[in-house]
Amino acid sequence: MILPFFIIIPLLAAFLIALISGDRDYWAIIVSVIALISLTVLSLFCFSTIGGKMIVYEMSAWKIPYTVCLTVDAFSAFMLVIVSGIGLTALMFSIYYIRHLSPSWKYYALFMLLITGMNGVIATGDLFNLFVFMEIALFAAFALVSYGSRAEEFEASFKYAIMGSISSTLVLVGIAVIYSATSTLTMAVIAQRLPQNPTVMYWSGGIFLAAFGLKAAIMPFHAWLPDAHSSAPAPISSMLSGVLIKSLGIYVLIRLFYNIYNAPPVFLTMFMVLGSVSILVASFLAIGQWDLKRLLAYSSISQIGFILLGVGIGTRWAIFGAVFHILNHAIFKALLFYNAGTVEMVLGTRDLRKMGNLTHILPYTTATSMVGTLSVSGIPPFNGFFSKLIIIIAAIAAGHPVYGGIAILGSLLTLVYFMKVQRYGFHGENMIEMENVRIGWGMRTAMILLAVLCLATSILIIPGIKEVTLDPVVDAIMNKTGYITRVLGR
Amino acid sequence: MIIYLMCFALLLVGLYGLLTKRDMVRIIIASGITGYAANLMLIIFAYKHGALYPILEKGKTVGERVMVDPLPQALVLTSIVIELGITAMLVALAIRLFEKYKTFDITKIKRLSG
Repeated sequence: MILPFFIIIPLLAAFLIALISGDRDYWAIIVSVIALISLTVLSLFCFSTIGGKMIVYEMSAWKIPYTVCLTVDAFSAFMLVIVSGIGLTALMFSIYYIRHLSPSWKYYALFMLLITGMNGVIATGDLFNLFVFMEIALFAAFALVSYGSRAEEFEASFKYAIMGSISSTLVLVGIAVIYSATSTLTMAVIAQRLPQNPTVMYWSGGIFLAAFGLKAAIMPFHAWLPDAHSSAPAPISSMLSGVLIKSLGIYVLIRLFYNIYNAPPVFLTMFMVLGSVSILVASFLAIGQWDLKRLLAYSSISQIGFILLGVGIGTRWAIFGAVFHILNHAIFKALLFYNAGTVEMVLGTRDLRKMGNLTHILPYTTATSMVGTLSVSGIPPFNGFFSKLIIIIAAIAAGHPVYGGIAILGSLLTLVYFMKVQRYGFHGENMIEMENVRIGWGMRTAMILLAVLCLATSILIIPGIKEVTLDPVVDAIMNKTGYITRVLGR
Repeated sequence: MIIYLMCFALLLVGLYGLLTKRDMVRIIIASGITGYAANLMLIIFAYKHGALYPILEKGKTVGERVMVDPLPQALVLTSIVIELGITAMLVALAIRLFEKYKTFDITKIKRLSG
């Protein structure tokens, strides 16, 4: 009975905000903070109690092949925790940042719609319902990318919307193909009926790979991401980079290709190839960037490549690395986008050449950006090191030394372009002095919280803790046909 | 068979428009066409020649004849509404872009690159 609340709470909050707030944004802030705190508590509760079980909720009391169902297992609960957690910090960051930009309740209403869409995609067990929630999330994302009303933002948003509409059409075509072959939309039933029809499986798999690859910004489909993620307001960049491309892209890909298609080797090979291409090309493109947020956006593509590589290798360790990297990337990329947003707010520029030594005016931002940098480049005690190491070891252990080598190279290149960020952006030559630099306590708290988490999530690798946190998630992915029996045969 | 090919051709027309046109309004129309093609595909998959409409009436029996599948029609209704929303969003963005750049030509709208 807990499941509908993941969708009801943010949806209700969005419309409540639109109803009760007049010209001011007080009520919007209060309502959205309450909604997100309750979502965080709810998702943590769900994740801590779920273990190896599957919670199924059938809407309007119809039975499963005839109804829209919500299904949450450990993997979904894990993603729900990430969405709510990063969403909460983004909201804390937004309060001061958006007042600085252009205060309006509309921002909070759209933010809650974004959360609704992502939670819906994660929690649903029905293919068409997934499409609908994906559209809700994308609508909110288009509007939020253009929130600042500058010319570049509309340009990025238009590009994103066109790409989004292409991929939505592809998803719809894929759903039509699957429905024509299986006469059902419930994912578990599809998984049961599809193996008798391999042609449809490969065909629809190709369509879905293109469609959700576009959402996840895998390398040949990446063109919209650097524009959209660098033009959006900083908390939205962190939501898009940290959570949206994972919940709409990677999560759906894993769910479809592991739990429904039963991990066909052709697609796993494609994942590996696309992942390693993403790692390499995006890293080289990132080195050339001088716009801080654009550099971070390219870095997102390359880190998504790591996750995809782990998913493609498909051994238990590789999946563990991929899942761990989903969590870690959400944390440190959100942190780095907050840093970039703070710098942009204070200095009014994102160009690394115009920045300098910020240690005096922005001590917290500089310190936390160093933590984020060390984390993303994979320096030992921080979380990024462990997940990348596990993916690399898994690649070599599974007999793919070339992919392992590409991952090592990509990791080194990450260090190169983040050294550039630190060298020019935060510890540059000209010491910048400024009077009356104020960043709100919410922004500071969000950054410090995530910086602490960068270090704290490293403990998830310790065997005793790993068994209760990440292992059920890996089990839920690896137990491919288990998804069917756990949804249908309760 | 021919009807499936024509539906696929419609999808390709839309994609062609999306990829080659430079005018924003035409791009929006092309994105609409791809959407219509996807909807049409769903409807064609559900269609059966000579079947009844899927409503049970009092006093009438279905007998030997089959009914068309009503579910894709419900899906298409939803997806039409979603496409209306997307089109409205795209048009709104195009209007704002025109205010900023004074052109509908996307090759002239290129402040973001690299």
